[in-house]
Amino acid sequence: MRDVAVLGVGITQFGEVWESSLRDLGIQAGFEAMRDARIRSDEIDALFVGNMAAGRLIEQTHIGALIADHAGLAGRKVPAVTIECADASGAAAFHHAYLSVASGLHDIVVVGGAEKMTDLPDEEVTEIMATSLDQQWEAFFGATLFSEYAMIARRHMHEYGTTREQMAAVAVKNHAHGALNPKAQFQRPIKLETVLGASAVAEPLGVLDCAPISDGAAALVLCPADRARKVSDTYVKVAASAQAGDTLAMHSRDSLCAFEATRVAMEKALKLAGKSRKEIGLAEVHDVTTISEILAVEDLGFVKKGEGGHAAESGMTALGGELPINTSGGLKARGHPLGATGIAQVIEIVEQLKGKAGKRQVKDARVGLAHNIGGCGATAFVHILEAVR
Amino acid sequence: MAAGIVSYGAYVPRLRIATESIANVWGQDPVAMAKGLGVQSKSVPGADEDVVTMAVMASRMAMRRAGLPGTAVGAVYVGSESHPYAVKPTATIVAEAIEATPLLTAADFEFACKAGTAAIQACMGLVSSGMIENGLAVGADTSQGAPGDPLEYSASAGAAAFLIGTRDLVALIDRTCSFTTDTPDFWRREGQRYPRHGGRFTGAPAYFRHIASCGRELLERSGSKPSDYKYAIFHQPNGKFPLRAAEDLGFRPEQLKPGLLTPVIGNTYSAAVPLGLAATLDVAQPGDRIFVTAYGSGAGADSFDITVTDRILSQDRTGTPTVQSMIDRKVMIDYAIYAKLRGKLMLGGGAE
Amino acid sequence: MTGKAGVRFWRETSSRYNLVGNRCGVCGTSYLPPRPVCLKCHRESLGKMEDLKLKGTGEVLSYTVVHEAKRNFELQLPYIMAIIKMDEGPALTAQIVDCSPQDVKIGSRVTAVFRKIGEEGKSGVIYYGYKFVLD
Repeated sequence: MRDVAVLGVGITQFGEVWESSLRDLGIQAGFEAMRDARIRSDEIDALFVGNMAAGRLIEQTHIGALIADHAGLAGRKVPAVTIECADASGAAAFHHAYLSVASGLHDIVVVGGAEKMTDLPDEEVTEIMATSLDQQWEAFFGATLFSEYAMIARRHMHEYGTTREQMAAVAVKNHAHGALNPKAQFQRPIKLETVLGASAVAEPLGVLDCAPISDGAAALVLCPADRARKVSDTYVKVAASAQAGDTLAMHSRDSLCAFEATRVAMEKALKLAGKSRKEIGLAEVHDVTTISEILAVEDLGFVKKGEGGHAAESGMTALGGELPINTSGGLKARGHPLGATGIAQVIEIVEQLKGKAGKRQVKDARVGLAHNIGGCGATAFVHILEAVR
Repeated sequence: MAAGIVSYGAYVPRLRIATESIANVWGQDPVAMAKGLGVQSKSVPGADEDVVTMAVMASRMAMRRAGLPGTAVGAVYVGSESHPYAVKPTATIVAEAIEATPLLTAADFEFACKAGTAAIQACMGLVSSGMIENGLAVGADTSQGAPGDPLEYSASAGAAAFLIGTRDLVALIDRTCSFTTDTPDFWRREGQRYPRHGGRFTGAPAYFRHIASCGRELLERSGSKPSDYKYAIFHQPNGKFPLRAAEDLGFRPEQLKPGLLTPVIGNTYSAAVPLGLAATLDVAQPGDRIFVTAYGSGAGADSFDITVTDRILSQDRTGTPTVQSMIDRKVMIDYAIYAKLRGKLMLGGGAE
Repeated sequence: MTGKAGVRFWRETSSRYNLVGNRCGVCGTSYLPPRPVCLKCHRESLGKMEDLKLKGTGEVLSYTVVHEAKRNFELQLPYIMAIIKMDEGPALTAQIVDCSPQDVKIGSRVTAVFRKIGEEGKSGVIYYGYKFVLD
């Protein structure tokens, strides 16, 4: 398999984007990525789109075909596919787009993620998000995505003494980062007391412990590393793309305090990239809730199991800290359009590795990691990207 | 073959609303209402409870006490006037929930407050004739009274189930008889939300006539008198009517005590007499005779002459609560919560 | 008029009403709902999974009080969701009812009851299944 590089990126504003439909958002991100990559549409071999729930959110399936058509690619009969792994659909699309180039099947592909979540009332969106759980045996009985994470939080607090303050520190950190990200849904810092005092979603999680409902799209252009080298000596290459799975229902797992799929995907990714954890300079992790980031930091092996609560609280994972996590603002502050998140995470790493992260820039970023979870841990992707200079 | 009660089960939901809370909403004198009706509080089903769930809980208790597998049940009949479906029987869901399916017969019964006792009679016929070994008869209701109507003070929720058979009986049903006429004292038209009634017409020509006539018929056929019985259970739409009916027939108030539940849990309609009987059996001793007369508007009365056997004491009832303990474990709610739970609020948005 | 999802839920009746799961005939691990294949024994367990009806008793592994509205659950708010480890081994996800949230603890013992889980609107099918009460 040959090395694959990122040729260009594009991302829309994340948030409640009332004026834009899903197809509008999709092509906006795609065109921006193509401009950034300086490619023409007749160079595109294939389109991969990550989307979780358009079938219910806007009653539209076949999203790959939709975006390809709206982008003007239908005339050339460009193949397009939608890839779904719940809210890891973005990372899943990236994985398969990467494989298609690495294998030699395609040369230039556009991979994007998009979701339009604000065309339906909140109660319905909550119900739709719960379809990433076990419908028959979790959602049917009243479970929501956040109620599942809330149970993880309570168990983590019970087993390891993690506190609500430690969870809230994750939200404070990520909002502080989001304030430096012009594309983020939330661009104002928040205080710890505000997080702790916010109304309950599913105890112990409050409104500010949970990622928002968001619209948005993000896209990347991938190409063989040779092609990227022709453009510039410095480029970003995909060092590893790894996935692992686990049982769908959380009650089928051995532990409520760990996502084994994350651990396994991380081991695979490090091996594929030939890197050690110490070499990872920054990471975008799946903070769909504050406890999710605490779990991620542990399951990715950056801290011991049970000690994730200290990471944000101590400043270790803040911009300027030992291992900056979620400099984009994370799902929490940047927003979480379900299928777009996985791509947005990779884009943040790419921008950091290229030195284009502006006020959020991590110094000397060379190797970065993106971690995307589907539902409540049944799917985990870990991508490692490296700056080649 | 002589039919009788193999086992019984009961269910009373834990929520209660006080007569006072209802009276205050409608501008009526709370003390006078409670006194006049003889009702202090009534049971209210939770948001996730209905006739089906209560019937299942009562039936499972009866099956557990009997120690029999679901396959020993040849018929399931559930009597109610608040079945969740107008068409699709409660009885099949109960049958599935006690693992009696598929080799059995089942149907739902309706006869206002005596649908449960009518089901008992039907089971008696099936087991006595040898057509089935055991039949399950359930009376259950989550009845409603229109807001502001006197019935709102008493219409409540509960269930009791009786496993009827011919062997290993905790009580023999020595005799049953009924008195039935076409009398329009209380009715609910198809599609209507709340019942209507004939006011004071529900008294003498309806409740009292049928209970007295049926009761007298049973005493005559049995060759017995009221003092032969340890306990008597009458249909109890409020706390007053059964005491008067008892007196008219020659029964004393003490005989009614364990079986008169309406004053604290309201009128559970099809479950009223069945729950009264269950509560009585909870305290009865071998040899006790029990006189039962149920009444259903429309109208009819069912009477039963019951003798408790030795098995009432040897049957294992551990781990299954008594009716009194279910009555005692209660949580009071106010009218606002009651109205929300009973669907008396007009919901907007996509809730339909 | 046709109704929507009654059939999809009818299939699960014996598991949802009577807690019927299954057990691997090779290693003895139990499951609710029943699994076609044992997670540990894989192919060896095909055709060797035996029905197992759970007693209905278990212990709370974790729980939460849900305050956010999910469609069709609005009238129940706030409600308690829990993951319960049944005595026979499998864990399941269900509501805990008839108590206040303060009474629930990790480790609380619970027993299954039969309750209405939901309905398909005012004219649709009603779904029943298990919820739990504190012992």
